[in-house]
Amino acid sequence: MTIEPIGRELTDVIKKQAADYIEVHLEESHACQIGYRGPELESVSRSSSVGGNVRAMVKGGWGFVSFNDLNDLPGRVRTAIEQARFVGKGESKLAEVEPVIDTAASIDKNPAVLSLAEKKQKLDEYNQIIWSTPELRTSVIAYGDGYKKTVFLSSLGSFIVQERADITLRLTAIAARNGDVQQAGLSVGSRGDFAEVGNLHKDVERMTKHAVALLSAPHVKGGEYTVVLDPVLAGVFVHEAFGHLSESDFVYENEGMREIMTLGKQFGGEHLNIVDTATIPGLRGSFKYDDEGVPATRTYLIREGKLVGRLHSRETAAKMGEKPTGNARAINYRFPPIVRMTNTYIEPRDVSFSDMIADIKEGIYVKNWYGGMTSMEMFTFSAGEAYMIRDGKVAEALRPVVLTGNVFTTLKNIDAIGNDLDMNQGGGCGKGAQMPLPVSNGSPHIRIRHCLVGGK
Amino acid sequence: MEEILSLAKKVAEEAEVFSATSEETEVQFEANRLKRLDTKQTTNIALRIIKEGKTGYAVTTRRDNAQALVDSAVETAQFGIAARFQFPGKLAYPPVKIYDAYVDKVPIEKMILLGEELIARVTNHTPAIVIEGGVSKGTVSVRIVNSRGGEAEYRKTFFGVGMEGNLIRGTDMLFVGESKTSCHVFSDSKEVADVVIEQLELAKEKASVQTKSLPVIFTPNGVAGALVMPLVVAFNGKTVLEGASPVGNKLDQKAFTDKLWLWDDPTVLYRPTSRPCDEEGVPSQRTTLIEQGRVKSFFYDLQTATLAKTKSTGNGSRMRGGLPAPAASAFIIGTGNAGYKEMIQEMEEGLVVEQLMGAEMGNVLGGEFSGNVLLGYKVENGRIVGRVKDTMVAGNVYQILSQDIAIGREAKWVGSFVQAPHIFVPSLSVASKS
Repeated sequence: MTIEPIGRELTDVIKKQAADYIEVHLEESHACQIGYRGPELESVSRSSSVGGNVRAMVKGGWGFVSFNDLNDLPGRVRTAIEQARFVGKGESKLAEVEPVIDTAASIDKNPAVLSLAEKKQKLDEYNQIIWSTPELRTSVIAYGDGYKKTVFLSSLGSFIVQERADITLRLTAIAARNGDVQQAGLSVGSRGDFAEVGNLHKDVERMTKHAVALLSAPHVKGGEYTVVLDPVLAGVFVHEAFGHLSESDFVYENEGMREIMTLGKQFGGEHLNIVDTATIPGLRGSFKYDDEGVPATRTYLIREGKLVGRLHSRETAAKMGEKPTGNARAINYRFPPIVRMTNTYIEPRDVSFSDMIADIKEGIYVKNWYGGMTSMEMFTFSAGEAYMIRDGKVAEALRPVVLTGNVFTTLKNIDAIGNDLDMNQGGGCGKGAQMPLPVSNGSPHIRIRHCLVGGK
Repeated sequence: MEEILSLAKKVAEEAEVFSATSEETEVQFEANRLKRLDTKQTTNIALRIIKEGKTGYAVTTRRDNAQALVDSAVETAQFGIAARFQFPGKLAYPPVKIYDAYVDKVPIEKMILLGEELIARVTNHTPAIVIEGGVSKGTVSVRIVNSRGGEAEYRKTFFGVGMEGNLIRGTDMLFVGESKTSCHVFSDSKEVADVVIEQLELAKEKASVQTKSLPVIFTPNGVAGALVMPLVVAFNGKTVLEGASPVGNKLDQKAFTDKLWLWDDPTVLYRPTSRPCDEEGVPSQRTTLIEQGRVKSFFYDLQTATLAKTKSTGNGSRMRGGLPAPAASAFIIGTGNAGYKEMIQEMEEGLVVEQLMGAEMGNVLGGEFSGNVLLGYKVENGRIVGRVKDTMVAGNVYQILSQDIAIGREAKWVGSFVQAPHIFVPSLSVASKS
C-alpha cells in the first residue's frame, strides 16, 4: 500500500463534490528513536505510520477529518463536507493560487539508511565524554530521526508529492553536589544529514564542564540589565518575541491586533531587519510547498525597523487582502495546517562582539537555548548559559537566567546588531497542540538595553 | 493483536502487544464564532519483546503488516536494554469508572450550543474580548495482551470545554482563560465562563510592584504552573534511581512543611486521567508521595521498579508512543485549612499569581522556577487592586514548600493533570520593570 496511487484515485472524487474547496493530505513515515538515561542506552524504538486527512470548506466553515485507516476515502471526503456544512454560515475566502502538479521528492541524506549500530556508536562516544567528567551525576540523550513522504491534492487540481527527513539530538548533562543539582544542555538538528550531528565532541565536553561549573556559580540578582545575546539565543528571541506576532491567524479577525500590527509601523531601529523564509536549502524549516500547496517564499517581516510583512495561510491572506506567503504547516496528518514560521532570522549588520561589550560596565552575556514562550505582547526565554559582563569583559558564570520583556519596547531597545549571523537548527516550535514542528532561527550577536532578568 | 503476539512469540522469549484506538470530535470557535468541526480517528499498535534478555520495541499505525512490526522490534532488540522485569500475568483490576455512554450520543448541536453559550456569557460581560475555544468529546479504547497470559482492556470517554480570551487596549494585551474536563458530558458551560469573567473583573485596573521580596498567593492555576513540574520530575522513580532527585535520599524523612500532602491518583471516578491499569497492565493504585511533609514513596513502572528493588506503582506510561517509562497520572495536592479570601484580607502588600509564563524553563530538577506573571494581581491592604505586568517571580520549590506556607481549603482541577488548592507563600522574590 503506497499513498501515491491512493491519492491519484481521489483526484476525480474531490472535483465532483459540492464544496467550495477540498484538500487531501496523505502521509507515510518512518522514525527511529534512541534514548539514553545514565551511562547506558535505555530505549531504542522504531515506528512507522500511515494516515491522512481531508479538509473541506463550505460557506467559510471548515470540516476536518483525520484517520489512520485508508479504507473508504470517498466516505471520509463526504464526512468532511458534511462537517463543513454544519459550520459554514458565511462566505468562503481563500487567496488565489495556481494549481501545482509536482513531485518535489529526492532527499540527499536519509537517516533511515544508516544502521542503528552506526547511530549508537556516535551517541556512545558523546555519552562517554559526559561520563568522564567528575561530579557528573547523570546524563540524558534523546536522538530522533524521521523520514516522511506526503501527498497533497486539492479541488483546484494540485497534486504534490514531497519528501523530507529530519534529525534532532538533545544532550543534557546533570551535575550534583551536596543536594544541589545543576544541568546544561545542547540541542542540535539537521535536515536528515547525520554528519551534521556527528562532530560534536568538543561541544559535549564544554557543555558537561559547564554543568559542573554551575554548581559553584552564583545566582544573578533580579532586575534590569544591558544584555548581550549570542546568535542561538537571539534567534530564539526573534522567534518568540516577534515571530509569533507575525503569524496572521492571531491578527486577521482581531481588531485590536490588526491595529497593533499595522504595516509601516516602526518596531525597532533602522538597523533591524527580520526575515522568514522556507527557501534556504538544508535548513530544518525549509520546503518547496507548504501544506496548502503554496510555494515557499521569502518574507521580510521587519525592514529598517518598520513592519512590512507577515506570515499567511490562504485564508488569512484573503481576509487581510494580502498575498499568501506559503506558511500554512501541520506537524502531521492528524492536524489541519495553521500559520507557522519556517526559518526566521535577524539580518547581520557590522558590530563586532568585542565592540558590543566594550562599553558595558555591568551587564549579562547570555548564550544558548533552553526554552522560550510568548503571549504575543510579553515573551520569556531562558538561557542555557549566562555570564556577568564587567567593565567590557565577559566575567563569572551565573546560574541559569530567564529573560522577559514586552516585545514593543524590547525591539526598540536593541541598540547593536553583530556581523556574525548563525542559524540554530536545534529547536522545535509549539503552537496549540502542534509540537514540535521543525523550524530554525538565527541572528548575529545582539545587545538589548534595559532587559528584565528574573533572579533572587 | 493475537496474530502479532503469536508471530512475536516465535522469535522472542516474551512479548507484549499494546493497542490504543480513539475517536474524537471537536467543535472549534475562533474570533467568537464557530469555525471548524474536526473528527479524528487514530490507531496505535506497539510491540515490546524480550529477546535474549534484551528489550525490543516497535510501534505502528498500520493494521496490515504484523510481520514488519515484529521485524522492527527484533532489530531494535539487538541494542535494547536488558529487561529486568516480567510482564504481569492474569490479574484483577480495580473497578475505576471512566466510561459514560452519553458522551458518544451527545449531538454536535449540543456541543455547539455549549460553546456559543460560553462565548455569549463572556462577551456579554466584555464585548471587546476575542475568544478562541472548543468543545471536545471522545472515546479511547486500550487493550494489552502479553505472553504470560496477562490481558487488560478498558474503554474511556472524555469531554472538555475550554477557552482563551484576548482583550487589547492600545498595545496592552490581556489573556484570560479556563478549561474543564471530565469523563461526563457537561450540562452547561457557566462555570468556565464565570471563572473567566472573574479574571476580567480583577484585571480591569492596572497596578505596579517594586523589585523586592513579597508575600505571594498562588491560585490553583498558579500552583499547577509554577510549583508542580519540579515535583513531577523529582518523584519519578527514574530520576530517583539516577540519583538526580533532590528528594531521592529522603524517603520517610521530612522534606517539606507538615501541611503538605501529595498523591498520585489514577483511580478518581470519571477523571480523564483515570484508568483501571497502567499501560503495562499493572493495576492502578493511589500512591501517597508526600505525607505531612515526609517523603513517602516515588512512582514506578515495571523496569525501573525492578532496578530500584521495589514494586511498580502502576505508573508505566507510553508518552508519545514510546517505551513505557514512569509518569505521574494525576497529581493531587492535599487541602489545608486556610481560606483564599482570608489569605488576601491578611495581606498588606503582595501578589496573586494565576498564570506564570516560562516557569518550567529554568533548572526544574533543582526545583528552581522563574517566570513572567502572565496573569496576576496586586494586593494592597487586604484587597486586590489590579493586574500587574512586566513582573517576574522566582524561587525554589523546595525552599518554598518547607516555609511556613498556608494551604487553601478548597481544591480545583487544573486541566486534567493537577488538583490543587491555593497556596500562600510568605516571601518570594519579585522583579519588575519600574
